[in-house]
Amino acid sequence: MAAHTESHNPALLHHFATEEQQRNSASFGMWIFLATEVMFFGGLFCAYLIYRRWYFGDFAAASTSINAKLGGANTAVLICSSLTVVLAIWAAQTSRRALMIGMLILTMLFGLTFLGIKGIEYADKFHEHHVPGPSFSFDHEEIPGNPGHYANPHHAQIFFALYFIMTGLHALHMVIGLGIFTWLLWAAWKGRFTPEYHTPLEIGGLYWHFVDIVWIYLFPLLYLIDRHT
Amino acid sequence: MATGNIPPVEREDYLNKHYGVGSWLFTTDHKRIALLYLISITFFFFIGGFFALLIRLELLTPASDLVQADTYNKFFTQHGMVMVFFFLIPSIPATLGNFLVPMMIGAKDLAFPKINLLSWYLYIIGGIMMLHCMVTGGVDTGWTFYTPFSTAFTNTKIVEAGLAIFIAGFSSILTGLNFVVTIHRMRAPGMTWTRLPLFIWAHYATSIIQILGTPVVAITIVLVAAERALHLGIFDPKLGGDPLLFQHLFWFYSHPAVYIMILPSMGVVSEIISCFSRKRIFGYSFVALSSISIAVFGFLVWAHHMFVAGMSVYAALIFSLLSYSVAVPSAVKVFNWTATLYKGSIHYDAPMLYAFGFLGLFTIGGLTGLFLAALGIDVHVTDTYFVVAHFHYIMVGGALMGYLGGMHFWWPKISGRLYPEGWARLAALIVFIGFNLTFFPQFILGYLGMPRRYADYSHMPEFQILNVFSTAGATVLGVGYLLPMVYFLWSMRYGKPASDNPWNAAGLEWQTQSPPTTFNFPEEPVVTWEAYNYDEIDKGQKEVPQVVG
Repeated sequence: MAAHTESHNPALLHHFATEEQQRNSASFGMWIFLATEVMFFGGLFCAYLIYRRWYFGDFAAASTSINAKLGGANTAVLICSSLTVVLAIWAAQTSRRALMIGMLILTMLFGLTFLGIKGIEYADKFHEHHVPGPSFSFDHEEIPGNPGHYANPHHAQIFFALYFIMTGLHALHMVIGLGIFTWLLWAAWKGRFTPEYHTPLEIGGLYWHFVDIVWIYLFPLLYLIDRHT
Repeated sequence: MATGNIPPVEREDYLNKHYGVGSWLFTTDHKRIALLYLISITFFFFIGGFFALLIRLELLTPASDLVQADTYNKFFTQHGMVMVFFFLIPSIPATLGNFLVPMMIGAKDLAFPKINLLSWYLYIIGGIMMLHCMVTGGVDTGWTFYTPFSTAFTNTKIVEAGLAIFIAGFSSILTGLNFVVTIHRMRAPGMTWTRLPLFIWAHYATSIIQILGTPVVAITIVLVAAERALHLGIFDPKLGGDPLLFQHLFWFYSHPAVYIMILPSMGVVSEIISCFSRKRIFGYSFVALSSISIAVFGFLVWAHHMFVAGMSVYAALIFSLLSYSVAVPSAVKVFNWTATLYKGSIHYDAPMLYAFGFLGLFTIGGLTGLFLAALGIDVHVTDTYFVVAHFHYIMVGGALMGYLGGMHFWWPKISGRLYPEGWARLAALIVFIGFNLTFFPQFILGYLGMPRRYADYSHMPEFQILNVFSTAGATVLGVGYLLPMVYFLWSMRYGKPASDNPWNAAGLEWQTQSPPTTFNFPEEPVVTWEAYNYDEIDKGQKEVPQVVG
C-alpha cells in the first residue's frame, strides 16, 4: 500500500493496489462484456439459423437480392480496420505517437466507409421495397436452382427482417465504436498513452475486433446462401 | 447473542464522511450505491406488493366484482414485471452483494465503481419507464410477453414495458460483470478461492447467469418490439413465424433468472447457518461448487416451461430429465446446511429464524418443482395455482426470506445500529405464518384445477374458502414485511450502536469497523485462516482473526 503512494501514477485509480491489477481488471471486464455481446447476437443468429433451415429456398432467393459485392467490399474494409487498430496499439507500445494517431484516424475512416457502403445497400433495399413493413413486396422472385418456383413473400420478409435487425445492430455497434475511437483519438492527441499505459487503446481495440468478427459471421450467413451467379 | 463493546465516540465512516444529495447521487462507493439500491428496490417491492394485494382482494370472492377481467390482467402483469425485474433480480446482488462482495474479499471497492453507479442509474431509468407505463395504461400480457398476443393483439404498452426491462437488464448485466471481475482480480492476499465465503461463490454463480442470460432476453425484447411495430412475422404463425421460438428465447433467460433470485439467497443462508450454529459449514467445497452447477444446469432446463406448448415429446423428455438434475445440487446444499446444524450450538436470533424459514420453504418449493418437471403431473397442473404456489415458495419463501435474513444479519454493519431483536423475531414469525397461509392453499387450489390469471371463478364457488385463506395470509404477510421497514428506519436513529462484530462472526466484513470507512479497511487485509473458522474463534485458541497490515 505504501509502495504505491510513493510511485503514484495518475492513471492508477485509488481502489487498485497495482497498475497490473488495474490493467488486468479492465481487459477482463471487456472480455466479459464481449461474452454478453456474443449472447446478444447469439439469440439473433439462433433465430436466423432456424428460419434459414425451415425456409431455405425463400431465404436463398431473398439473399441473392442483396449486393454481395458491396458486402464483400465491406468485409475487406473491416479486416483492414482491424489491422490499423493493431498497428495503433503497436505504435503506442513503441512510443510512435504520430503513427498511433494516423492509425486511429485511418481506423475511423474505414469505419465510416463501412457505414457509407452499408447506407448504399440499405437505400437499394428501400427502393426495391425490400424493407419489411406495409410497403414490403417480394413477388415472383424465383428460388435459385429451382426454376418455376417462387419464394413465399412472408418467408422472405422474415429474412429481410432478420437482415435489417442483425446488420442494423451491427451498424449501431460500429457507430458506438466510432464514438469510442473519437475519444481514443482525443486521448492519444493529448499524449495520454505511453508504452506503460495504454489500456483504453487495448480494450477499445478488443471491442472493435469483436464488431469486426460479428460481421465476418454475418457476411457469409446473410449474403452467400446458395449463390449460383 | 449480540456482544462486544460499543465504540466510544463517533468515528468517520462511509455514512458521515460526506453529506448532501450530491455526495449520494455521484458516489462511487459500493456501500453507498448499495444503499441507493436498497431504497429503490424497497420502493418497487411495495409497488409490486400493492398489486399483489389487489389481486388477492379480487380473488376474495368468486365473481370479478372488484375489477373487470381486463384490469385484473394488468394487475397480475404489473405485479410480475415489477417483482421479477425491479425487485427480485436486483434484490440481494445489488444491495447486500454490492455492499459485501468487496468487503468479504478484502477489497477497497468493486473493480469498476463508476460502472456500478451507472448500473443504478440504468435501473432507475428503467424503473421510471416502468412506472410511467403503469400509470398510463399498463400491460396485460402477463410478465412473459407471450407472442403472438403481445405482438399482434394486445393494445397495451408492450414496447415501453419491454424497453424498461431492456434497460433494467443492462443494469443487471453490469452488476454481474463487476462482481466477476472483482472476485477474480481484487481478492486480498491469502484470500484463495477455497477460503472465499460461500456468499461470494453464490454471487459468482449468479453473475455468470446475469452475464450470459440477460443479453438473450434483451434481444428477444428487441425482436418483440420490432415485430409489434412492423409486423415482420418473426413470431407470427400467420406470416410463417414461430411463437415457440419466442418462448425458447424468453425462457432461455427467464428460467435461469430464477437462479439469479435464489442463488444469492443460498449464499446468505450459508453465512447465517454457519454463524448461528457456531460451526464450520459442512462440506464447504460441495456447497461452493453446487452454486456453480446450479448456474450451469440452470441453462439447460428452460423448455420445462413449454411442455404443453406443442414441443416435441422427445425434447420434452430430455428437458424433464435435465430439470430433475437441478435437484441434485439444490439437495446438496440443503443436506449440507442441515449437517452444519447437527451438534451445533444454535442461536435463534432473527437472521437464523429467516434461515430456518428459507430451509423449510425452499425445500417445499424445490420438491414441488420436481412435480412440475414430471411430464404427466405437469400436464395436469400447467397454468394452475399449483405453479403459482410453487414459484412463490421459491421466490418469496426462498429468495425473499434469504434477503430479509441477510438484511437483519448485516444491518449492524450497514447502519452501525442494532435492530430491536424482539420485534425482528416477531416479524420473522409473522412472515412465516403469513407466507404459508397465503401460498399453501394455492397448492391445493391448483391441484383441484383452479387456473391462474383468471379474475372470475364463479363457476367453481367451492374454491372460495381456500382463496379467503390465501387473501387473509397475504394481509398478514403484508404486515410482516412492513414491520422490518419500520424498525430498521427506527433503529437508524434510536437503535443501540452496534459493535464492529456483534455476532462474533467470521468473515472479513466483520473485522473492520461498523459502519465501515469509505475504503473498508484501514490496511489491506492478509488472510491466513479458512472461511467459517468458528471452532477456533469460540475455543479462544485464537482471537477473532485480526486484520494485519
